[in-house]
This record gives sequence, C-alpha cells and structure tokens, in this order.
Amino acid sequence: MIEYQNIFTQVQVRGPAEMGIDNENNMSAERIGQPGFSNLAGWVGNAQLGPVYLGWTGLIALATGMLWFNIVGLSMLAQVGWSIPEFLRQFFWLALEPPGPEWGLRMPPLDQGGWYIISSLFLLVSVSTWWLRSYLLAQEHKMGKHVAWAFGAAIWLFLVLGLFRPILMGSWSEAVPYGIFPHLDWTTAFSIRYGNLYYNPFHALSIVFLYGSVLLFAMHGATILAVTRFGGDRELEQIYDRGTASERAALFWRWTMGFNATMEGIHRWAWWFAVLCPITGGIGILLTGTVVDNWFIWAQEHNFAPMYDGSYGYENYGSYEAFIGQEK
Amino acid sequence: MLPNWFNVWNKENPTNVYGPAVLVGVLGGAIFLAIMIVVWGQPAATNSLQTGPRGTGMSMAEFTRDLGTPDPDIAELSENEPYIPDGSEALAKDIYSNVQVLGDVTEDNFNRVMAAMTEWVAPDQGCAYCHGDGDIETYGEDTLYTKVVARRMIEMTQNINESWEGHVSANKQVGVTCMTCHRGQNVPSEVWFKIDPVNEATAGWPAVQNRATPLSQYTSLPSNALEAYLLNYERIGVHDLESRVANEPGDPLIQHAERTYSLMNYFANSLGRNCVLCHNTRAFYDTEQVTPQWSTASQGIAMVQEINNDYLVPLTDVLPADRLGPMHGDAPKAACKTCHKGYQQPLQGTNVIKDWPELATTGVPVYE
Repeated sequence: MIEYQNIFTQVQVRGPAEMGIDNENNMSAERIGQPGFSNLAGWVGNAQLGPVYLGWTGLIALATGMLWFNIVGLSMLAQVGWSIPEFLRQFFWLALEPPGPEWGLRMPPLDQGGWYIISSLFLLVSVSTWWLRSYLLAQEHKMGKHVAWAFGAAIWLFLVLGLFRPILMGSWSEAVPYGIFPHLDWTTAFSIRYGNLYYNPFHALSIVFLYGSVLLFAMHGATILAVTRFGGDRELEQIYDRGTASERAALFWRWTMGFNATMEGIHRWAWWFAVLCPITGGIGILLTGTVVDNWFIWAQEHNFAPMYDGSYGYENYGSYEAFIGQEK
Repeated sequence: MLPNWFNVWNKENPTNVYGPAVLVGVLGGAIFLAIMIVVWGQPAATNSLQTGPRGTGMSMAEFTRDLGTPDPDIAELSENEPYIPDGSEALAKDIYSNVQVLGDVTEDNFNRVMAAMTEWVAPDQGCAYCHGDGDIETYGEDTLYTKVVARRMIEMTQNINESWEGHVSANKQVGVTCMTCHRGQNVPSEVWFKIDPVNEATAGWPAVQNRATPLSQYTSLPSNALEAYLLNYERIGVHDLESRVANEPGDPLIQHAERTYSLMNYFANSLGRNCVLCHNTRAFYDTEQVTPQWSTASQGIAMVQEINNDYLVPLTDVLPADRLGPMHGDAPKAACKTCHKGYQQPLQGTNVIKDWPELATTGVPVYE
C-alpha cells in the first residue's frame, strides 16, 4: 500500500455513487443533482461530486450573493465606460467604494456610494443565510455546531469591519472598499491613520493565532500522514481506540518537544487557534478609532514601544557621495 | 568495442551508477558555483546606507551596479565661468531695451546667461524660440509667450536659490538653474496636470482613485494627492498626537491617509528612495524619530506650493492652449520629480549654481 504514502491519493476506488443514509430529520430530503466523479477532486479528496442540498437558505444565500457580486462587477464596468478590455486591464485597480465621509450614516446617491450600501445589504443577507445553512444542516445531521460557530467567528470580523465599527464611528466611509488593490490600500491607510496597527495588542494576538494555525495545521497534517502506515489516518477510530499510530505520533512529539496533543485534543487546538484569529482581530479593529486613536503612543504609554539609541540621518553613518560612488 | 571480460563482469555485477552520479553532479555543481562567486564576485551585489538607529531597519539598499552609474544628464552640464566685473562695464539695462530682470548684469555676463538658457531650454530652436525671427533690434519685444514665461522663470529660479537655499543647498552648495528641470527640453519632463475625476459613473472620493495613472504612481491610491497637498495647501498629517482623543468633525480619515500615502509614494519614486530616508516607519508622524532629510523635504513641500501658486498657475493665461492640461486646461505644475528625476539629489548633487551668480539672487549678483 505504498501508493497511499503520498500527498496525493494515487489509488481511486470507483463504485456506484454514495448517496448516504437518511434519518428521522429527513436528512437526505431535497438533495439535488446527479452525482458525478472527478479524478482531479479525487487526488486531494473524495472523487464524488454531489448530490447537494440547496434549500431555502442556499437559494437566498446564492441569489443575494450573486446580486452583490454583480453590483460590484457592473459598478467597476461602469467606471471604465463599459469597456470590457479596460475592465480586464484595470480589474485589480477598480473598486466599489463606500460613501465619502461627508455622508455620515446617511444614504448617499447611487454613484457616490449608494450602490455600495445596497450591495453590502445583499452581502449581509447572503453571509447570514449561509451561516444559517451551516447551522441547520449540522442540526439535521445531529452534529455539533462547531462549523457554524467557527464560520461565525469569521462573520464577527466581517461585521466589525463593515457594520459595527462604521456605526460606532458614525460614518459608512469607514467601511472597506470592494476591490483587489483598493482593499489593501484601505488596510495600509487604516494602520497608518491610527498610529501603526502593529502596536495594537489584539492585532498581535490575531497574528499569533493566524501563524499558529498554519503551524498547527502543518504539524498535524504531517503527523497523520507520517503514521498513516500504521492506520493513523483513521483518526476517529484512533480517538476512541488508541493504537500504535497514536502512540508513535504522541511519543514523537513528546520526545521532540516535551509535550504532545492527543488524537482528539489536537482538533480542539486547531479549532480554537482558527476561531481566535478573527475574534481577536475583530476586537482590535473595533477598538481602533473608537477607543484608541494612536496605537504607537498607546504602546509607549504602556511601555512596550522602546526608544532606540542612535542618530537619525544617513550623514551619521556614511555620505551620499560615497554611497553613489562619487567620493573623490 | 570493449573487451569481452569487461562486459561479462558488468553483467555479473549490476551497479546503480545513477545515484552516485547525481550526487557527484549536484555536489560538484554547488562547489563550482561557490568557487565562481568567490572568485568572480556576487553578480547582484548590493550596498546600503543606514539612516537611523540600529534595530529600526532604517537602511536604503541599492544594487552596486546602479549606484556606480552616474546620472547621464550630469555629462550635459558644462563649465561656464562668469566674467568678474570691475565696475566699469555697461549694464544690460542700459544697452538693451525692456530688460525687466537681469538688468543689473554686465553685458558680457548677460549674453553669457542668454546663451546658456538657449542651451538649457531651446537648443534646437535657438534664440528665436523666445525672441522670434526678427533682427536683434526686435529682441526687446514681448510678442512671444515663451519670452514672457522665460522672464517669470528667471525670477522663479532666483527666488528658489535665494529664499529656499535650505532646500536646494541643504547639505552643500548645489542650487538650481533652468537646466535642473529643463534638461534641454522646452517643457521640463515630469510636470503634472489635474486629471481627476479618473473614474466614470462616480462622484466624490470614488471618482479620484482606483485607476492606474501616472499621478497615482500606477497604484490604486488617489490621483489628486499632488493637487490637494502641493497646490491647495491641504494638511498632510493624519495622526492624532495622543493615544486617545475625542473624534471631531473634520478629523483626518482613512481616505486622507490614503491620499497622503499616494503623495509619499510620489516622494519616494521622485527621489529613488524609500520611506526610511526620512521616517522611522513605526511612527511616521513622530518628529522625534525623523531624519534631517525630513526637514529638507518639508521645506521642499512649501517651496513647491509657492512655485505652483505664485509662478506657474498665474501663467495659465499666458500659455497657449497646447501647453495647458488636457482635461482642465490648467497650467503645467511642478513637484519633486520635476527637478529630482528619480535621484535623491537632482543631478546627484552637482553644484550647478556656482557659475551663475546672476541666477542665485533676486538682487545684484555677487561675483567672487
């Protein structure tokens, strides 16, 4: 079975489509679409595609999401005079911008941010119903609601950026533009305006959990792949009936760094690191401009922005003439 | 070809030669590369100049081969020593008619400046570019707009050298002449016009940003930063100077920070440097953590505001339509890049004023 010891699944077993079991919650009702198979999907996951549950939540989420998507796209297209080549050329630069600061929380004309407000409302409905969908489907399956709450953590950050903070600041102009480069401009400008977000401790926590999530995912994925040859890929079985795979994985980490997660606990680590990233990040954003207006000065007041000894100005370290090779 | 015993021996002793061959190849290649770098030198060597305390990352890095290439325009400059007057010479205002500036200059030096201006600004058209095709007697007439503009530009140059010495001769005598901007062209490169709105079907903030334009330095930042800060005197700072303040109407917002960022981006590209030439980037606003170059640049901002508002914009009615902006019919305006052209100091700090005391002062030139 050496073929399984690979990042990609190299053996794909193909039978009749798996339709799943039903339960008294009518779990399999309203599933639509004929199942198909994809070799490509099979390399990294299950090769079977479909059936899928659409339902009223899915319908509303997709419809409102498409409305948001089209309002943003058509606004960008209008900005370049309905020229498709120019739209493609400028796509990364274009954006649907929130209203200007002069409008406060009022509804501006459509060409000055009105479309932004309307599209944002559709996006809010779309994201909310998609969350409800993740909750209701978990309920039908008699699962825990961990996925819904994790998605909720991301929605918290989304709501802070686009709804809570603009309302607290009294202006929709505080919201993030919908555009590739423009939302990055917003991020930079937001950090600079409020005295460098790196000195915001919640921003620091958010980065810890972001990078921590990456590290944990790499460690966990590598560990499971490494003990697959002993049956470690059957993680759920290993949780309630610990075998040599779990033993080896645990000993590896305990002897490497003195501590090991358990087969179940590693997933709690991962879940909390993931959800704490947007939760702490959202707190940091919400406090910026509302409670703290200059994070660098705030950090100085709390004694974690040290001053560095040394002179400012290149003339203390060399000369311009020497640098450009004109020194006589 | 090979002897039979060798083929038999090989058949009986199969050996994988590819593994060792790959190993030797990789190791040998790496050793060869290392030797070449040591012997021939790093092909992409860099040099850096520290600009602030250790630990702040304040350092400007450049490729050594770029640093070793001087600004090609320096070669266009030529020595042209003034004639030291002994006090007996006739002055330009007594010899020629309608001499409103440079009148106190001696005839020889006046003609020397005129000849130089021709080389700096209109090398192809010659004297006729400003004075027309008539005889020398007609040179006093103000019939061509180019002459009226040139006179104002002489006044501007004199004012820059006199009033803004702290910027144009910040570290040593450098100064400016017509050549600093014109470089042999009728209209200097890197002048700018108003171009906003840049987006259709929008108004307000969304209309002035999110397009790749020369004025936004091809970013999606606002394209009206030069107009706002270097023409309309808008406040550049966006920060609160206490950790917690009450928000007031009219406080700088994220949009203003974006527009400032656009201006600073323009600064950086104009000088071929980055933020840390002037700022400690952890606290852009903090005047205790800036370099002396920040003060030089601050003077430059005020200087450009004066150049634009007192000298260039008032020429709008003098200039013909084809010299005005394509969108708003506004006068061409100056900013950092008009002089600096991508170098930290224009013409890499070459002293251009030493031969031109006539352009160094608004008063009577001082010869030494």
